[in-house]
Amino acid sequence: MNAELLSAIAIFVLAVLVGFEVISKVPATLHTPLMSGANSIHGIVLVGAILIAAEADNAVSYGLAFVAVVFGAANVVGGYVVTDRMLQMFRRKPAAAKAGPKAGRGAAGPG
Amino acid sequence: MPQQWIETFVFFAWLAGAAAFVLGLHRMNSPATARGGNWLSAAGMAVAIVATLVHVATRPGGLGTTAIAIIAIGFLIGGGFGLLVARTVKMTAMPQLVSLFNAVGGGAAALIAIDDYIRVLGTAEETVSTAIFVVLGVAIGCVTFTGSLVASGKLQGLVPGKPIVVPGGRLLTIALAVLALLGTAALVLGAGGAIALGPAAKLFILGAIIAAGLGFGVTMVLPIGGADMPVVISLLNSFTGTAAAMAGFVINNPVLIIAGALVGAAGGILTKLMADAMNRSLMNIVAGGFGGGEGTVGGPGVEGAGGSVREIGPDDVAIQLAYASSVIVVPGYGLAVAQAQHAVRELAELLESRGVDVKYAIHPVAGRMPGHMNVLLAEANVPYPLLKEMDDINPEFERADVVLVVGANDVTNPAARSNPSSPIYGMPILDVDKAKSIVVIKRSMGRGYAGIDNELYTNPKTGMLFADAKDGLASLVAAVKAV
Repeated sequence: MNAELLSAIAIFVLAVLVGFEVISKVPATLHTPLMSGANSIHGIVLVGAILIAAEADNAVSYGLAFVAVVFGAANVVGGYVVTDRMLQMFRRKPAAAKAGPKAGRGAAGPG
Repeated sequence: MPQQWIETFVFFAWLAGAAAFVLGLHRMNSPATARGGNWLSAAGMAVAIVATLVHVATRPGGLGTTAIAIIAIGFLIGGGFGLLVARTVKMTAMPQLVSLFNAVGGGAAALIAIDDYIRVLGTAEETVSTAIFVVLGVAIGCVTFTGSLVASGKLQGLVPGKPIVVPGGRLLTIALAVLALLGTAALVLGAGGAIALGPAAKLFILGAIIAAGLGFGVTMVLPIGGADMPVVISLLNSFTGTAAAMAGFVINNPVLIIAGALVGAAGGILTKLMADAMNRSLMNIVAGGFGGGEGTVGGPGVEGAGGSVREIGPDDVAIQLAYASSVIVVPGYGLAVAQAQHAVRELAELLESRGVDVKYAIHPVAGRMPGHMNVLLAEANVPYPLLKEMDDINPEFERADVVLVVGANDVTNPAARSNPSSPIYGMPILDVDKAKSIVVIKRSMGRGYAGIDNELYTNPKTGMLFADAKDGLASLVAAVKAV
């Protein structure tokens, strides 16, 4: 094994540990957006697809790279947009309703 | 010299992207910072992609016209499709969309590994380690591609949500796994020179691994019942992350390795959290067979079908609700399907204006995914503090005058507490049956997603209002106004 591979494995292991830590305290409410957010992040395969597209020099490679770019782009763009749409719904509204019970639909007061 | 500078810049841009993913995910831990976290993560993604374009455009030889066309057209098609469906999909169809994006991500990871293997085949770069990462990337990517498509199809209703048990299906799954493992061993040994294989033979074996992976994804998910689908999608999400990391090893790219490993681990934890919420072990779920139905109806279910169900009209329900002091609404997937989240909010506001205390009890897996119901109700402007999680609301059911169950079924089934022979026994449920009076809005006596009968419906305290969630709520709103 060469040094490059060893350091890549080290990076992998550390990133796995970061992944475990970063998620452990998420409330259930955010599980769906979080899954969707993580789903967008593995859209990073688009970077790999671009790299193989640049290397491609025959019909098979062109075909594989093209499909990979389409897939990766759909994953990235769709993933982030749909996650944002989910999270948009958690915007400040609850706090506003609490702060101004007289305004609009907060009329009944909290709880 | 400038070339070196650019390479350094590209590396740091990739690193910045990876850091943004970690920080972004971390910010998604709390509702207040979640949206910013997603933006941060998206910005990191944009930086990583731009850096990659700079990287391929500036290296010696540059970028050929064909490559430019592939990248540009591919991005426009894929990105355009993603943007369109992500913006137009109904919020109820969101889980299957996430599963679809997961499928293409896994597919892309597999394609990258396949392409790289074809390129290095027969060259000095074809080492044992390359072969291992290629095969892992291909196998995991293929499993998650078809597995996510089947999961998405089940949620969309294209594939029946009930567990599909093919005779000998489990044997087939095992055979496919064995085939993939044998292929892996052959390619790894072939790369090491331990066994002599020509390029054609190696490609054939790779083809067999691809076929086995694609088949495994289908046979793994088909026998799993729809109720377990959220956990399965989360598991496949974690797989895709791992496949992306393997692809990263194959093409030796740090940002793929970091992001892939991050998602693999985070997705794994999330999967465990979801499985815990349903009190099911992952092994249990993957082994399949949730909600067989037929085998378990011997007990209370038969009586349920027998007609001890009490039907109730909207006017009676309206009187109960209007003169209650405390009402708890239990929304379920039926509410989501009927797009009745606005109707339920209207009813709740009407009751609140009469001084009734209204709260919403949200089961962790209400809807099709954990947190799904919160998203839907937030869309309908239901104030966030009124949404109560299961552990907070369960002690309050005893004091509630009326519980209004709208389109929820399995998460209210007392059999989960009392009947050890029930397939959902042990799953944490909402203690709806402890309330003074229960009203269930439901289209028919049909079973829930787990395919089992609900003894809540034959409880003497329960009145059934047979209607579509939206129509039923609308008639309640009209009736309460008339009270």
